[in-house]
Amino acid sequence: MTKKNLLALLPVALVLLIPVATQSPYLLHMFILSLLWITLGQSWNLLGGYTGQISYGHAAFFGVGAYTTAIMVKSGQPPATAWWGLLLGGLSAAVVGALIGWICFRLRGSYFALSVLALSEVLRLVAVNWRQLTNGAEGILFIPAFTSKTYYYYIAFALAAINYGVIRWVMRSKPGYYFLAIREDQDCAESLGIDTTRYKLYSLLISSFFTGAAGAFYMNYMGFIDPGIVFSIPDISIMMILVTMLGGAATKWGPTVGAVIFILVSEIFRVWVGSGHLLFFGVLIVAIIIYFPSGIVGAILDWRARRRRLSAAGSEA
Amino acid sequence: MSPQIAGQLELLGQVLISGILLGGLYALIGLGMSLIMGVMKIINLAHGELMMVAMYITFWAFTLAKIDPYVSLLIVFPLMFLLGVGVQKFLLSPVMEADTVLPQGQVLLTVGLGLILSNLALLLFTANYRSVPVSYASKTIYWDLKLGGQTISLSFSYPFLVAFCIAGVLGGSLFVFLAKTDTGRMIRATAQDKRAAALMGVNTKRITYITFGLGAALVGAAGALLDPVYYLYPNIGGPFTNKAFVITILGGLGDIPGAVLGGLVLGLAESLGSVYISLGYKDAFGFIIFVLVLIFMPRGLLGRGRI
Amino acid sequence: MTALITLNDVTKRFGGLQAVGHMTFSLNKGEILGLIGPNGAGKTTIFNLINGYYPPTGGTIFFKGDRIDGLKPHKVCRLGLARTFQVVKPLARLSVLDNVMVSAFSRTNHRHEAEKTALEATAFTEMDAWRDVKAGSLPLGMRKRLEMARALATKPEVLLLDENFAGLNPTEVVSTIEIVKKIHGSGVTILIIEHIMRVIMSISHRIICINYGEKIAEGTPREVADNQQVIDAYLGVADA
Repeated sequence: MTKKNLLALLPVALVLLIPVATQSPYLLHMFILSLLWITLGQSWNLLGGYTGQISYGHAAFFGVGAYTTAIMVKSGQPPATAWWGLLLGGLSAAVVGALIGWICFRLRGSYFALSVLALSEVLRLVAVNWRQLTNGAEGILFIPAFTSKTYYYYIAFALAAINYGVIRWVMRSKPGYYFLAIREDQDCAESLGIDTTRYKLYSLLISSFFTGAAGAFYMNYMGFIDPGIVFSIPDISIMMILVTMLGGAATKWGPTVGAVIFILVSEIFRVWVGSGHLLFFGVLIVAIIIYFPSGIVGAILDWRARRRRLSAAGSEA
Repeated sequence: MSPQIAGQLELLGQVLISGILLGGLYALIGLGMSLIMGVMKIINLAHGELMMVAMYITFWAFTLAKIDPYVSLLIVFPLMFLLGVGVQKFLLSPVMEADTVLPQGQVLLTVGLGLILSNLALLLFTANYRSVPVSYASKTIYWDLKLGGQTISLSFSYPFLVAFCIAGVLGGSLFVFLAKTDTGRMIRATAQDKRAAALMGVNTKRITYITFGLGAALVGAAGALLDPVYYLYPNIGGPFTNKAFVITILGGLGDIPGAVLGGLVLGLAESLGSVYISLGYKDAFGFIIFVLVLIFMPRGLLGRGRI
Repeated sequence: MTALITLNDVTKRFGGLQAVGHMTFSLNKGEILGLIGPNGAGKTTIFNLINGYYPPTGGTIFFKGDRIDGLKPHKVCRLGLARTFQVVKPLARLSVLDNVMVSAFSRTNHRHEAEKTALEATAFTEMDAWRDVKAGSLPLGMRKRLEMARALATKPEVLLLDENFAGLNPTEVVSTIEIVKKIHGSGVTILIIEHIMRVIMSISHRIICINYGEKIAEGTPREVADNQQVIDAYLGVADA
C-alpha cells in the first residue's frame, strides 16, 4: 500500500472509531445526522451537480423511503428490519423517480424541476389524507430497534460510504462522462451519441434510491415521522440543495463539508438562538449564489488550479 | 324539474361560480409569474412569498390605520413594484452574468429569497394567524334563477366578486399596457429575443427590472384582494407559488392570455374537486392537471407555449 | 461507386418558410463532397436533417441502405455518421481529453478503451498539447479542431464538416486542410460545407451548389465554378 493510500485511510479509520471514543448520545446523534446529510447531499449532487438536472423536491424520495419503512412496521414487521427497510425504501423511491423521469425528461428545462416539486407536494397531501395507510397528519410512531446509538452510527456510515463509492465509480465510467456531457450541453451530447433521456433517468434512479434509503434510515432511527417532516420543502428539499451548494456542487467532498457545517450551524442556532435558522440559511443561499457559487470545496479547487497555472506560466518566463 | 335536480343544479352552479371567482384571483397570481418567466426565463419561486409580503402590508394598513384593503391597493401596488425592481436589480441581475456549475442560479436565488421573506415575517409577526375583518367579509349577493318551475338560488361572495372585478381590470390594463405602450412593446420584444431587442436599442436590463417589478406588483395586488377572505400567516406563500407555476404551465410557458385561462381552469378544478371528490385533496387537483398537461399537452392548453 | 448517403426529394418547411426543397443527391463512398451556397441557402439545415436534429417535412434519407430520416441524433451517430457544428459547442468545463472521451464512449463501454481512442483522436488532430486544457478556454481555432477530434472519436464512416474553416487565420487554414486530407486518407467519406472558396474547391472531388434551399448545380469544382447560375447566385464575376 502506497503512502498516499495509507494517509487517505487515516481519516476513515478515525471516523470509524468515533463511537469507541465517545459514548455521549448527544455527540453520536450529531454525527449520525451529519452522516445522514452527507448521503442526502451526495445523492442530490449526482443529479444536480454532475448531471445538471436541478430538483427542488427531493423530499419526495426521502418521504417515500421513510413511509415505506413506516408502513412496513405498522403492518407488523418489527423495527429490526432496518436492512430491509433501507433497501425497500430505496427501491420504492427509485420507482417513483423512474415514473417522474419518464414523464419529465422527454421535455426540457424547468419542467423536471417543477414536476418533482409538484410531486413532493402531492405525496405530502396523500400522506396527510390517506389515513388508513399513513395515519394522516398524526404521523407514525414506533420504538426504534436499537437503544444504543452505536449501531445507527455504523449503519449511517455504511450508507454514506456506499453512496460515496457508487457515485465515485459511476463518475469514473461511461455513465459519469455522459452525465457531465448532458450537464454541459444537451444538444451536443445527443449528437455525440448519447441518449440523454435514458442517462438522465439513470442518474435520477441512483439519486432517488439513496435518498429513499436515507429516508428509511431516518424513520428507523428517529422512530417518528409525519408528512410535514419528511415531505418538507424548506427542511429537506431546499436544505439538500444548500448542503451541496455550500460545500461545492460537482465536487467529491463538497457535500460532506456542506453537511457538517449545516448540522453544526443548525445546532448552534437551536441551542443559542432558538429559532431563525431557516432565515440564516436563506441568507446563506443568496450569499453563496452571488459571492461564491462554487462552494467551499469548489473555491479551494479553483484557487489551486489558478496557482498551478500561474506557476506554470511563471516557469515558462 | 324535480327538486332534486334543481338542488344538483344549484350546487353545480354554486361550485362553478366559486371556481370562476377564485380563478380570477389565481389568474392575477399566474400573470405575474408568467410575465417574469416570459422575459427573464426564470421561475420565481418566491412568488408566493411576495404575495405574503403584500398581505402583511395590507393587514397592518388596516389594523393600524383602518385603511380598507381595496384602498390599500393604491399603496401596495407601487410598493411591491419597487420591491420587485429592487430584487431584480440587486439580487437577480448580478447573478445572470455568473457562470456557475449549477444551472438555474437565479431560480435558486429566488428559493433563498423566499426563505428569507417567510422567516423574516415569522420573526417579526409571529406565526399567529391574522385576519382582516372588514365589515363586508361575509357579505353575499344572491341571484335567483327561475328554471323549469324551480328556483335556483345562487350566491356570490361579495369580497370574491370585488376581487374578481379588480383582477379583471388589472389584467385588462396589463394587456393594454403590453400591446399599446412603448414599454410594453419593449417587454414583449425582450421576451421573444433578448439579444435582438438589445441590438435594436432596448435597454434590456431596465426592462428586466420593470418586469420583475410588475410581476411583484400583480401578485401583491392579488394578496391585498385575498386579505379579506383568507387567514394570513408567514408560510402562506408556498402553496400559492405552487399554484402559480401550475397556472403558468397550464397556460403555456410565457403565454400571457394563457395564464388567465390557466388561472380559471385551476380555480374551477379546485372548486369542482373539493366539492365532488374530496376537500382534503383540494390542492392536489391542480397538480394532477399539471401532470396531465405535461404528459399530453406540454405546450399548454392553448398550445402556444415554449417547450 | 457505392452511395453512402442518399437524399431523395427531401423538403423541410418551418411553418410557411421552405428551407430546403426537393433536395436529391448522393454522397459516394470515399469522396469529399462540397456544399456551397449563399448564407441562408439551407446548407446547415441539410446537415441537421441528415444528422437527425429535425425530421424532414417530406422525402427520405438513406444511410448505407437504411432509412435514417426521423431518427434521433444519437442513433444516427451510432450508425457511423458524425458531424461538427458551425457554432462550436465545446463541453466547456471538461478538459479537451474528457471532451473527446465522451464521444469515444459511443463505441465502447470501457474507460481504458475510450481513453485510448480519445488519445488517438487528439494526436490525429494535433491537439496533444491541449489535452488537459478546459475546453471553455480554448481559442476559436482549437475549438473547431476539438469538434473534429470529437467527431473522429466516434469512428465514423461519414463526417459532416460544417464551416470548420470559418474564422481561422491563414496558417490555421493550411494545417486544418492537412488534417482534413489525413482524415480522408484514413478512409472517412466527407461532406463539407464551406465558404472559403479556395479551400473547398481544392479539396472536394465534387461540389453541389444550393440556393434558396434548392440544388442549382452539381459536378466537379471546375464545372460548378463555370456554371452561370452559380456565378449569378453566389460566386460573382471577376471585375473586367
